[in-house]
Amino acid sequence: MSEEQENMTIIAFSGDLDKLWPTMILSSTAAATGMNVTVFFTFWGLFPLVKEDVRITGKDAMTKMLAGMNAPGFQGAKLSKMNMGGMGRRMMRKVAKKGNLMPPEELFDICQDMGVNMWPCQMTMDLLGIAPEQMRPNLGVPVGAATALQMMSKSQVSLFI
Amino acid sequence: MEFDVEVDAKNQSCPMPVLLTAKAAKAMEAGQIMYLEATDGGARSDIPAWVTQTGNELVESSEDGGVLKFYIRKK
Repeated sequence: MSEEQENMTIIAFSGDLDKLWPTMILSSTAAATGMNVTVFFTFWGLFPLVKEDVRITGKDAMTKMLAGMNAPGFQGAKLSKMNMGGMGRRMMRKVAKKGNLMPPEELFDICQDMGVNMWPCQMTMDLLGIAPEQMRPNLGVPVGAATALQMMSKSQVSLFI
Repeated sequence: MEFDVEVDAKNQSCPMPVLLTAKAAKAMEAGQIMYLEATDGGARSDIPAWVTQTGNELVESSEDGGVLKFYIRKK
């Protein structure tokens, strides 16, 4: 092990299935390499962290509508292109299974076991009306842009996905 | 070559070979040897990269009928 631990920070902006994969693959691999990893989930990136049994989040008609367009949890994540009403997503998951690629929700669990920091964005939670109890357990305390930037300034690797 | 720990990462895609290697290495003592088998082509460069990044030692690597074989010494 090197003397000083390296840091990697990912801004998980997209909630798309095909973008969650690289986020989770890079996070778990960086953690396996001894790096201190932080993923800051913001905007659409927050929806995969919402529990799948939470039917709808939001505090008013518009935020509820936005939530309706962004199904909760990793299972709700769509493909960024050719989603075709969910057919693309199902095909992608099938292809991944056939290719022995672990689904992103399982990689997320592995990341958590390896100590990857999962930070929800407080501002997005407030904006979209997502309550802490509607989200997965064992996440970090919700933080803001300054905290994310502080971590990024110490990071050898910073990504926006 | 003799080894202390065996890791089978065959038929597993990126990032699993590296994750399984790291997990096994965590439980090993310094000086012990791990024998790792993988079939994911990415492991050909990923395992040496992981070894370098973590300051361990790649003692030997070879390829046999699509199976990548690595001997890693934990430092």
